[in-house]
Amino acid sequence: MSGAPEPTPEHDDSTDAEVVLSVRDLEVSFGTKRGRAEVVRGLDYDLHRGETLAIVGESGSGKSVSTLALTKLIPIPPGRGTGTAHLGDTDLISLSEAELVHVRGQRIGFVFQDPMTSLNPVHTIGRQLTEGMRHHLGLSEAAARDRAVELLAKVGIPSPEDRLGDYPHQFSGGMRQRVVIAIGLSCDPEVLIADEATTALDVTTQAQIIDLIAELQADLGMAVVWITHDLGVVAGIADRVLVMYAGEVVEQADAPELLSRPRHPYTVGLLASLPVLGDTERGDLAAIPGLPPPPTSLPPGCGFYPRCSFRSDERCATERPPLREVVAGHLVRSFYEVPEEQSRRASAATRIAIEPPDVRDEGVA
Amino acid sequence: MSSPLLEVEDLHVHFPVGRGRDRQLVRAVDGVSLTLQPGETLGLVGESGCGKTTSGLALLRLVEPTSGRVVFDGTDVRSLSKRDLRSWRRRAAMIFQDPYASLDPRLPVGESIGEALDIHGLHQGKQARRDRIGDLLERCGLHPRVADRYPHEFSGGQRQRIGIARAIACEPDFIVCDEPIAALDVSIQAQVMNLLTELQQDLGLAYLFIAHDLAAVQHVCDRIAVMYLGRIVEEAERLDLYRAPQPPYTQALLSAIPIPDPVRERERERIRLEGDVPSPIDPPSGCRFRTRCRAVFDACERIDPALQEVADDHRAACLLHGEVGTEVTG
Ligand SMILES: Nc1ncnc2c1ncn2[C@@H]1O[C@H](COP(=O)(O)OP(=O)(O)OP(=O)(O)O)[C@@H](O)[C@H]1O
Ligand SMILES: Nc1ncnc2c1ncn2[C@@H]1O[C@H](COP(=O)(O)OP(=O)(O)OP(=O)(O)O)[C@@H](O)[C@H]1O
Ligand code: SF4
Ligand SMILES: [Mg+2]
Ligand SMILES: [Mg+2]
Repeated sequence: MSGAPEPTPEHDDSTDAEVVLSVRDLEVSFGTKRGRAEVVRGLDYDLHRGETLAIVGESGSGKSVSTLALTKLIPIPPGRGTGTAHLGDTDLISLSEAELVHVRGQRIGFVFQDPMTSLNPVHTIGRQLTEGMRHHLGLSEAAARDRAVELLAKVGIPSPEDRLGDYPHQFSGGMRQRVVIAIGLSCDPEVLIADEATTALDVTTQAQIIDLIAELQADLGMAVVWITHDLGVVAGIADRVLVMYAGEVVEQADAPELLSRPRHPYTVGLLASLPVLGDTERGDLAAIPGLPPPPTSLPPGCGFYPRCSFRSDERCATERPPLREVVAGHLVRSFYEVPEEQSRRASAATRIAIEPPDVRDEGVA
Repeated sequence: MSSPLLEVEDLHVHFPVGRGRDRQLVRAVDGVSLTLQPGETLGLVGESGCGKTTSGLALLRLVEPTSGRVVFDGTDVRSLSKRDLRSWRRRAAMIFQDPYASLDPRLPVGESIGEALDIHGLHQGKQARRDRIGDLLERCGLHPRVADRYPHEFSGGQRQRIGIARAIACEPDFIVCDEPIAALDVSIQAQVMNLLTELQQDLGLAYLFIAHDLAAVQHVCDRIAVMYLGRIVEEAERLDLYRAPQPPYTQALLSAIPIPDPVRERERERIRLEGDVPSPIDPPSGCRFRTRCRAVFDACERIDPALQEVADDHRAACLLHGEVGTEVTG
């Protein structure tokens, strides 16, 4: 395949931290009635210790599947995954189901969007929290219980020892998500994957959860893969960002660089279409026309070609663009790089005309 | 100023839950007042469960208000008989968050739109009806020939367009849009917001725009009302609300919204709101926000603050602006 990228070049300022997860050439597809759905098409990234990597992109672009496939949390068949994903020295992709059981929940923790689906409604919180620890860490019932109390306290559940016997429905949405985080963290994972972990929550609760994960990350040194569609969240917490479209990384850079100087037409389009608080402009938002292509019939050239307002190169329609490093640490998969002026105009930094209100003084503003 | 299209006064919606001795009241909407001018968009924001959807439904009498007044273009909506209510509904429509749930999966989408026409006896005759359905779909950016397809054949954004086509079918003056973009991809959200704005300009619609996403609300609304536990705590022109939020609740809400600019987002101070919203079954006495408010003082437990004018066209319910409200009894 002509578009297969070189392994992601290391970039200078992150080489000092050790790489905990290294994904190369990850491809995932599903057999469907309409033919093979190519859902992840050659994904490469390195995740460093203590780092937060954000994955953003259109719905259906393969964000969830690409992380679920790491520990075969997708149905196989119809799913099929190839490539490598090294967690330390272990290639996860080559592990058997029996071996993966020791990775899931233990070395890689998960927090999903909807706590109601990740929690079992008929089991107590205590049982769900201690199960993994007893299984993975071989803790006794009493030891697991003590640690469960400690974890619940850490994620901010008041009087945790009284709550172990409660069922999920006895908690509010925000509290349930804290429980899910406690479960995700219970075995001290090297990597925490948070897939839209705060999307269903109010912004006020989201802020609490984000702070919480950041604190725990600082304490425990774990690396976090944070999947979200909220670029505001990305701006606040991410070190690096992968932008996915139609199963590929279309752009990858440090968060401040990516959000202030996006270079791929999709990323620029995404930022421009976003309403931003403090933007006084009221005209039409620069919506990206059309819909993403179905993974069963991807365009032969660039995946974004049918919606791209910058397409100009004749190769766009026929050739898959390679992921190129255009400046140090900034990778773009496009034959066309959006010029600086247009790129900056799309960024929130440029569009904000009213500063966020100053909240430092108490009382009436 | 023209006379308002919609005036709501002290609207209450209480839901009984439990039975017998356990019977309690959920005060979902507990004294909401607002006005809407023709062609205007009012945003309604606030945390989950604060009563936004219930307010919207009650305005259209899709749930029955417990008390209060709803006056639409001179008509007292609460006094309408069943029959009059039905013909009045032609003028006021609703768009839901999940257009899938609101479209009948067994009907071709054209029929879902046609149903709305039939109820009000509009565009009768096979050809006239089909043409009108085609026009409505086209108006909302879909090809007329998709009328024969079923809801599952459409993406979320397209389904939302169909929901909008159905809502405008009877040429209403007013639409309650309940989280119309929440289920959509960011790039598709912009398409739907642009469509709503365009329709408003062409058809002179007024909207009540209910959403969590304050950035979207600020973009599409003329004025914004902030709700907390069944009450409106602030109402202001869209930029004033952001520039100078008054009650500590709005300040905290705004400070929790992440801004997609890393420099501002990482430098700015946040007000941390601790804990959850209290239950609407037993809201705190006095100011309902007092259990989480960083500026709370002794009067807050004693007086239930009323909305008061704090600046031009800017109202807030907070005792820091003067101890105006109802003294708590008992
Ligand atoms: N079991 C499956 N069989 C067939 N296709 C699947 C299966 N699971 C996922 N897919 C497809 O894979 C694609 C990628 O899905 P994925 O859930 O990774 O998207 P995503 O980027 O996480 O989107 P969202 O933002 O909506 O969560 C989608 O087109 C989806 O329909
Ligand atoms: N039919 C009902 N019976 C009992 N309680 C109800 C009913 N409908 C709503 N409620 C309650 O009334 C309160 C307000 O609900 P509502 O759906 O209006 O909130 P909302 O602001 O729209 O929330 P969200 O942002 O989650 O949509 C909630 O506490 C809800 O649980
Ligand atoms: S290759 Fe062409 S179509 Fe694709 S993103 Fe680049 S410019 Fe757009
Ligand atoms: Mg997903
Ligand atoms: Mg609602």
